[in-house]
Amino acid sequence: MTRPPAIGTTPLRLQMPLTAEAAAGLWAGQRVLLSGVVFTARDAAHRRMIELLEAGEEPPFPLRDQVIYYTGPSPARPGAVIGSAGPTTATRMDAFTIPLLERGLRGTIGKGYRSAEVREAMRTHGAVYFAAVGGAAALLARRIVEAEVIAYPDLGTEAVRRLLVDDFPVVVANDTAGGDIFELQRGAPPTAPGENRPPNMDLGAPGDESPPPADGAP
Amino acid sequence: MRNIPFADVAIRVAAAIEQVNFDTSAPVMNRLVQILETEASPGGHLAMADIVENREIAAAERVPMCQDTGMVVVFAELGEDARVSDGSLRDAVTEGVRQAGRHGHLRNSVVREPLFERLNTGDNTPPIIHLDLVPGDGLRLRLIAKGFGAENMSWARVLTPGEGVEGVKREVVRCVEAAGPNACPPVVVGLGLGGTLEVAALLAKRALVREMGSRNPDTRYAALEDEILRLVNATGIGPQGWGGANTAMDVRIEYAPTHIAGLPIAVNLDCHLQRHTEIVF
Repeated sequence: MTRPPAIGTTPLRLQMPLTAEAAAGLWAGQRVLLSGVVFTARDAAHRRMIELLEAGEEPPFPLRDQVIYYTGPSPARPGAVIGSAGPTTATRMDAFTIPLLERGLRGTIGKGYRSAEVREAMRTHGAVYFAAVGGAAALLARRIVEAEVIAYPDLGTEAVRRLLVDDFPVVVANDTAGGDIFELQRGAPPTAPGENRPPNMDLGAPGDESPPPADGAP
Repeated sequence: MRNIPFADVAIRVAAAIEQVNFDTSAPVMNRLVQILETEASPGGHLAMADIVENREIAAAERVPMCQDTGMVVVFAELGEDARVSDGSLRDAVTEGVRQAGRHGHLRNSVVREPLFERLNTGDNTPPIIHLDLVPGDGLRLRLIAKGFGAENMSWARVLTPGEGVEGVKREVVRCVEAAGPNACPPVVVGLGLGGTLEVAALLAKRALVREMGSRNPDTRYAALEDEILRLVNATGIGPQGWGGANTAMDVRIEYAPTHIAGLPIAVNLDCHLQRHTEIVF
C-alpha cells in the first residue's frame, strides 16, 4: 500500500481555486500549502450570504471551487497588508455551510470540529475542510500578500475580504471521503469508511514506523 | 487616603493589554517550549512549532499573537484607604482598554448586547471588572485578555456532594473532550469549586490569572491539579487536536466554602495564549 509522506517532508502545494479533482486527491492529515485567492467570512457575513441565497440573489463572490477562510483579522498597522489573521472556530459556521456547499463551495479553512451534517455534506459535494493553527495569527498573516474588502464593509473585522495567499500552511482536517483528522489523531476509526485510503496520515499516529512513499500524495 | 491618579491607571492598563497581546511571559514561553521539545506526536509537534514561532513574530513585529485580541477581564483589589482620583476605577480601566485598542491596533471584539442586533461597541469596551475591597492603600489589577474560542467551550453546573472527587475529575475531562480542538489546545484549565454557581465560575476565571505551573497552597487540591492534568493529557487530543500528550498546559483549582447540599463546579478554559499580567500601584 502506498503511504503518505511522513511529517517533515515537503507539503503538497495547491493552487486556488480548488477543483473537484484536486479536492478528491486530498486526505485527512495531509499538510498543504495554499496559494491563490481565498475569501474571508465569519458569523455575520455568513448570515447575510444565506439571506441573499434564500432571496434568490447572488453571493458577494462566486462560490464554485472557492475556499472560505473563517477569520476576522485584527486591524492592519499603517503600511501592512493585514493585521493578525488566524482561524476562528469553524463549528460556529456549521449552521450556514451546507447551502454554500450545495452551490459549489469547495473548501473552508478554520479550526475545530465540523458537525456530522457538514462532514456528510462535504462528502456528498466533494469539499474539504482545512485546519490552520489557531492562535498562530501573526505567522499566518505573513502568508497573506493582498487583502481587499469586497462586501459588507459595515461589518468591520467581519467584512468579506478577498485575500491573495502564498504558501498558506494548513492540514486537511476533513477530506472528501469522510476522513477526519481529529478522530484519526486520537486513534479512533473514521466515522465513514475510507477504503483504499492511507490509514495513517502526514500527521500519523505517534510511533507509526511505516516507511514513507517515494513520491508525494497518493 | 491615598490618591491614585486616573491617568496612571489608564496608561498602565493600556500598556499591559498591549504587552499581553504582543509579548509572551517567561513562564508561558518556557512551558510552550517544553511541550514543543517533548511532544512525540508529529501533528502535535507541528502545531507547537507554529505556536512558538508565532510568539516570536508577534513580539518582534509588535502585532497581536491572535486576531482575537480578547475581551478584557480584570480582577481588581482596591485598598480601603485608596481611591482613584479624577474619576472612578471602572472608568480608568475602561479608558485603558480604549487606548490599548487604538494604539495597539487591536480588534474590536465586544458587542453591546448578546442577542438581537449584537452591535459592536467599536472600542473593545466595556471590560469585565471584578472588584474586591482589601485592607491597605494599594491597588492590584490582575488582567487577562480572554479569547472566546476557549470561553465558548467553558461551563458551570452544580454536582451533588456525593459525586465528590471522582465527579469533578469526570466533569473536567468531559469538558476538555467536548471542547477538543475548538478551545485551541494546549489549553489551561481553570477549575472553580464551591461557593454558589456564579462564585464557582468566578473562581475558575481567577485560576486562569495564576502563574503557569503554580499550585494551590492546599496540598490536596495541588495533588488534584496534577492528577487532572495527567487525565486531560491522556485523552490524546493534543495540540490543536492534531494528536499528542499535551492537551493542557496546566490545571489550576480555586475553591470556596459552599452549602451542605451542593458541589458547584465551573470549568473555564483558556487557549494556549494565556495573555494575563498583573499591575500593582
